[in-house]
Amino acid sequence: MNYQYKVGCSIENLKGVRDFIRTSLKKHAVPDLAVSEIVLALDEMCSNLMIHAHHCNPDDLFELHIHVTQQNPIVFEIIDDGTVFDINQFHEPELNNIIHEKRKGGLGIRLVKSIMDKIEYQKSSGRNICRLTKSVNFQ
Amino acid sequence: MIHIKRLQEDGADVIALVGEIDASSSIELDLAIAKSVGEGFTKILVDCSALEYISSAGLGVFMSYIEEFKDRNISMVLFGMSERVLNTFSILGLNELLKIGKDKGEAKQLIS
Repeated sequence: MNYQYKVGCSIENLKGVRDFIRTSLKKHAVPDLAVSEIVLALDEMCSNLMIHAHHCNPDDLFELHIHVTQQNPIVFEIIDDGTVFDINQFHEPELNNIIHEKRKGGLGIRLVKSIMDKIEYQKSSGRNICRLTKSVNFQ
Repeated sequence: MIHIKRLQEDGADVIALVGEIDASSSIELDLAIAKSVGEGFTKILVDCSALEYISSAGLGVFMSYIEEFKDRNISMVLFGMSERVLNTFSILGLNELLKIGKDKGEAKQLIS
């Protein structure tokens, strides 16, 4: 099954993004804990995109696609036409530095990398596709 | 969307979080903690029993106070987390860096 969600880059819309992910995955017997981890990772990716690539402009739209069957992996695609921020190129700060420097950011990318199995970037027809994959134990 | 309620109990400030904390609402958590510190509380209990979701933005707020609280002898304990929310803290090992109690009773023991 494919599920698609198109939304403006206002961080107020993150709640809708999370609900879309939960609703889509729950139809496919994905365990609750896996759903909540995936929601966390995609919330982070989408909020980064809204804030850094689109400066929270609600008129800029992006799409989130979910491809889920009873077979692994589940594939998530975030599609937009902003500036690409490749998190694979980003060296996340050590936890100790985050505490010491009283930084409020820096945890998110670490979370995404811990949760998702693979994160790839691709250009297609002038648009950016960020593809994240995750294998779960279907119930 | 998050609602934050504060009440005082046995000299501790109890901050109750109701709803979801994400990039759009983490500032409210930050302001509530800052207010509690500003009012001079040295014991802060964070009631997470109605916290349905916390994103990295919210985790970052808690992390950002660790050093300051150590310097100023302020003690903070979180309690009442659902399994889902506790798992969010555990993924990066933040459960080891913050004090987390099972319920309010345990949190009060941890803070004194």
